[in-house]
Amino acid sequence: MATTQTRESISNFTSKDLVSDQDVRWCPGCGDYSILKQVQKVLPELGLKKENIVFISGIGCSSRFPYYMNTYGMHTIHGRATAIATGLKVSRPELSVWVVTGDGDSLSIGGNHFIHTLRKNPDLNVLLFNNEIYGLTKGQFSPTSPEGKVTKSSPMGSVEHPFNPLALALGADATFVARSIDRDPKHLQDMIRRSTAHRGTSLLEIYQNCNVFNDGAFQSFTDRASKNDHALFLEDGKPLLFGKDNCKGIRLRDGYRPQIVDLDSDGVSESELWIHDEKDSLKAGMLARLSENEHGEKGDFPRAFGVFYASERSCLEEAVQSQIENAFERMGEGDLDLLIRGDHVWEIK
Amino acid sequence: MSKEKIQYKSNVVIRFAGDSGDGIQLTGTQFTTSSALAGNDLATFPDYPAEIRAPAGTMAGVSGFQLHFSSDEIYTSGDYCDVLVVMNAAALKASLVHLKKGGIIIANEDGFDEKNLRLAKYPNGENPIANDSLSEYQVHIVPVTKLTRECLKDTGLGFREMDRSKNMFVLGVLYYMYNRAMDPTINFLQSKFARKPEVAEANIKALKAGYSFADTTEIQHGRFEVKPAALEKGIYRSIMGNQATAFGVIAAAKRANLPVYYATYPITPASDILHELSRHKNFGVVTAQAEDEIAAVCSAIGASFGGSLAVTASAGPGISLKTEAISLATIYEIPLVICDIQRAGPSTGLPTKMEQADLMQAIYGRPGEAPLPVVAASSPADCFEAVFEACRIALEFMTPVFFLSDGYLANGAEPWRFPRTRDLGRIKVGFARPEDRGNGVYLPYKRDARLVRKWATPGTPGLEHRIGGLEKEDITGNVSYEPDNHEKMVRIRQQKVDNVADHIPEQTLDSGPEKGELLVIGWGSTYGTIKAALKQLREEGVDVAHAHLRYLNPFPKNLGELIRNYDRVLVPEINNGQLVRLLRDRFLVPAIPYNRIRGQPFAVAEIKNAVWEVLNGKTR
Repeated sequence: MATTQTRESISNFTSKDLVSDQDVRWCPGCGDYSILKQVQKVLPELGLKKENIVFISGIGCSSRFPYYMNTYGMHTIHGRATAIATGLKVSRPELSVWVVTGDGDSLSIGGNHFIHTLRKNPDLNVLLFNNEIYGLTKGQFSPTSPEGKVTKSSPMGSVEHPFNPLALALGADATFVARSIDRDPKHLQDMIRRSTAHRGTSLLEIYQNCNVFNDGAFQSFTDRASKNDHALFLEDGKPLLFGKDNCKGIRLRDGYRPQIVDLDSDGVSESELWIHDEKDSLKAGMLARLSENEHGEKGDFPRAFGVFYASERSCLEEAVQSQIENAFERMGEGDLDLLIRGDHVWEIK
Repeated sequence: MSKEKIQYKSNVVIRFAGDSGDGIQLTGTQFTTSSALAGNDLATFPDYPAEIRAPAGTMAGVSGFQLHFSSDEIYTSGDYCDVLVVMNAAALKASLVHLKKGGIIIANEDGFDEKNLRLAKYPNGENPIANDSLSEYQVHIVPVTKLTRECLKDTGLGFREMDRSKNMFVLGVLYYMYNRAMDPTINFLQSKFARKPEVAEANIKALKAGYSFADTTEIQHGRFEVKPAALEKGIYRSIMGNQATAFGVIAAAKRANLPVYYATYPITPASDILHELSRHKNFGVVTAQAEDEIAAVCSAIGASFGGSLAVTASAGPGISLKTEAISLATIYEIPLVICDIQRAGPSTGLPTKMEQADLMQAIYGRPGEAPLPVVAASSPADCFEAVFEACRIALEFMTPVFFLSDGYLANGAEPWRFPRTRDLGRIKVGFARPEDRGNGVYLPYKRDARLVRKWATPGTPGLEHRIGGLEKEDITGNVSYEPDNHEKMVRIRQQKVDNVADHIPEQTLDSGPEKGELLVIGWGSTYGTIKAALKQLREEGVDVAHAHLRYLNPFPKNLGELIRNYDRVLVPEINNGQLVRLLRDRFLVPAIPYNRIRGQPFAVAEIKNAVWEVLNGKTR
């Protein structure tokens, strides 16, 4: 049995081959359409065989995703997609296994499997569609809805503090943590490529607009007028820059306190800024909470997009299969008759 | 050598009792192994507390191990014991109810000091082994702790370490009394403590010292021997239920030519299956200790989709957590074996005690109409065959299957005339192949004459398809909200499970007349007790029939016919009446329940009384 995914230079399919014969039934204008399209666009580039790709989802709007992909797929039960995917990947390491989940699915009902999957690090690609609302049940607050959010189940505003999904993932020792957004197709494609290139569980949080129950939740990151000041795109080895024409940057005072600087008026050079290092787990944690910093005289801190953290650690399925291989090497293939017989027998004549 | 004359006994029941930390279970299993190797038939009953080490010397901490060994065929671990070995006062107080009148007590004198008597809550100044309260028993008082320390005084060990060997001293005494070879235990100790030779040496020294002590002092009531049992010819080993379950899973995988994926969350009394399987990776077994019960069953479902023989296990509380996922496997129609090693509930209940109260949960406990086959084991060794059957049905019928065992079977041991691999049936797995695609798209819910669909696993070109928890359209498997389609699919899934009845053996009688006044129907671990009770009744001139069910859903095809050959049906169960309801519902017979729910197996006498009451017309 092959113990890792095999990749060839050319895939045996095109984007069109990935479209299933089922009508897509998301609401018109839903951000899910864009995500589906970008996934279908990127997959043929990856050198995978179509029959080796499996999409597994939980419950929720996003979890209808597998029905629209002409690959192997499982639409499962609420919150459990990561657990089901782990069993498949561990037993069939050569497959390319994708998990499609939402903020309610993975962070509320499936929170336990979510953190344990990240800890165990099977080589899965997790696409977390975060729309900060429950869509399929028609508009209750989710574990990522901001405090005070008025929804059907919180008419006076949600009283709960939300999860920061990336900070949670980093706290669970995830080996790959990234964020993108439905309305930036090019960035989303890049992030899907990076996710799948990573060995281990890759968590890609995708901000996804629910135009029916939570329209505009992420508008400030995509609107032409506001996005420069609100979104910061990370690049490994590059300084943290944002604003119109990258006129602003983030500097770390005392090595740990983020500060917004104007490159021109403050006379700060790019080399003095926070240089992004994808392998720095401490700074990844700070990046995950960047926009939670209290705004200073230069205004709000931006929300970061891109790869926050990427590091290598042993994958679950490799460790499991290597123990099996070792056992075969050490003891030879098991002899069932000897096993059943055991060490102590007696004969009745 | 001994001057004692050896008396022959046909069967003996010994109960060891002491603190949880006294090594009672180990002492019991060692005596079991030596009895097995001596060729006795045997049955064991470990009866231990839920607390790992309750405060020493208290009633809560008493751990028991009962062993019945015999030169005849036996079926139970014995209602009462002939010999009670007690390491302290609490053990005596808790276990005396299990001893026959006139039975032998071997008491560790050092466990009856002031402190132990107080902990066991004997009234001030009262010591049961020093007064005449035990006058109707034969009492041997042995200063076990003192003698163990004495024999180990030159080893350089501290008292605490020395005291850990006192169970071996007691075992030595019993090995002498029952004329048993010490070699198997000596070998066991040497291999168990291979890295701590001083501990192995101390235990072996204590064992031999106990043996010599019994030889040189007067254990007045002499020496006994139980001759080998005249069991069916063949080669035997001793086996415990959970071990047999693990072997059965591996055997089924081998006969189906599949890898095993076994995922569980630790729970009493199922965990030993995980421990056993995790040691056999060179059989291609993947074991996963999941983060919770739900993840365990879900990861097994993932592995099943990938083409493994997927198995999960738990006890009742964990099974209820898996419920939603099991219903998913039902609508997926993929193979999955769920082992429920039942224990006394509800909720945490009596975690280390046995019960048969998950039958309804196994048969009905899912959302929606979600039928699945249910198979139950009837003895420790039978766990092998029963779980093999569960795997066979799951794989051949593309369905989740429940395998029911319980705490009594899981930890109980008996001799096993184990099968040869080549005598086990082959399991035929229906994998879909690329050519099954036909024209156009693959149809995952196309069925054969038995209504079974094919197993199309990822990696097979051309069979890309999606399965899901939403109702699926007949044949195509596409999502369908069509009312008629839903009813059709519900009926198809039911019919498929019903069709299993065509592929299981017909129900046979275990004993008794083919027609008559009374049929006793049991299932699961009550097998031995019912069999023993009816055998005794037969010797007393009352001939009653016994049928023991392995297949609880669907029932064997001839069961209704078989039942109608009797005037009455009695259904003893360790629950509040579950199989009895299923039989009444299915066959419209006034089946009579007999229920005890004490976390303990039935006593033979209880079954006999229940039969007498029915025959005398006093139904409950």
